[in-house]
Amino acid sequence: MDSSTWIAITSIFTAGITIGIGVVGPGFGQGRAVASALSSLAQQPDAAATITRTLFVGLAMIESLAIYCFVVSMILIFANPFWTHAIAQTPGK
Amino acid sequence: MNLTSDQVILWRHGWLNLNETIVTTWVLMLGLAGTAKVMTRRLATEGPVSRWQAALEIIVTTITSQLEGVGLDHARKYLPFLGTLFLFVAVSCLCTVIPGYYPPTSSLSTTTALAGCVFLSVPLFGTLDQGLWGYLKTFTQPTIIMLPFNIVGEFSRTLALAMRLFGNMMSGTMIVAILLTITPLLFPVVMTALGLLTGMVQAYIFFILAAVYIAAATRPRTRDTPHG
Repeated sequence: MDSSTWIAITSIFTAGITIGIGVVGPGFGQGRAVASALSSLAQQPDAAATITRTLFVGLAMIESLAIYCFVVSMILIFANPFWTHAIAQTPGK
Repeated sequence: MNLTSDQVILWRHGWLNLNETIVTTWVLMLGLAGTAKVMTRRLATEGPVSRWQAALEIIVTTITSQLEGVGLDHARKYLPFLGTLFLFVAVSCLCTVIPGYYPPTSSLSTTTALAGCVFLSVPLFGTLDQGLWGYLKTFTQPTIIMLPFNIVGEFSRTLALAMRLFGNMMSGTMIVAILLTITPLLFPVVMTALGLLTGMVQAYIFFILAAVYIAAATRPRTRDTPHG
């Protein structure tokens, strides 16, 4: 197999692995955050506004880790620099 | 299948390409501005107020109270910028009930532009509030060791802001488009309704994160502020 095939295989595989493993940690983190927020809401319904707002900000912060993985896999699939390089090297193109 | 509405070219003249995203964005902006103009035409401070004014007051006071809850001291000062961000993202999501409409926020260019506005407004408001030196000093909080991390965080959170909104809105329209080819009758409607919910949540998150970033830049930091 030539180099561009290998680059394609590795990029697509790595993109899937990146997003697959990358969302596990934030997923656990968000689950824990929501669980504690729900138990706090059950204990203190009066503080619902503050808890909900802080929860959303915290969720967004945790979520950004998964978003970085998403960005990396998007780059690997749609804007892969190595793939562009290999295509440019191919003779006859 | 188009990934975003960027690829739908409606009008072309030489190097100038007018794609669907630009058109939808301008229609939404004109619609929002026109509605606001019409609603504020007959404002009253005494006697019975019109329904439009009551609705507008609810929107404005809710956004203001949210801003104050985040910790912005003079919420009315930041209301025009942050409130517009929220209303634009929210309306661009709510309009997905219109058939054939692609939300402009499902295009990466739009969300990058919005996140860029937040990225530029943070130093602007920070400088206006505490002076240039005072704002720059917030980068060395709590210690000077944190300086590179604070600078990287400034960029990475802008990237995350843009990608979060883009990913959520794009996946919403994408799921509906895929489902239309598999189960065309009822299930896409359910997913569209779910998309309305996530879109509103994303609009709220975008707006509240921008408020948090501005709040972190405009007041002296007493504790380490979160970076995303």
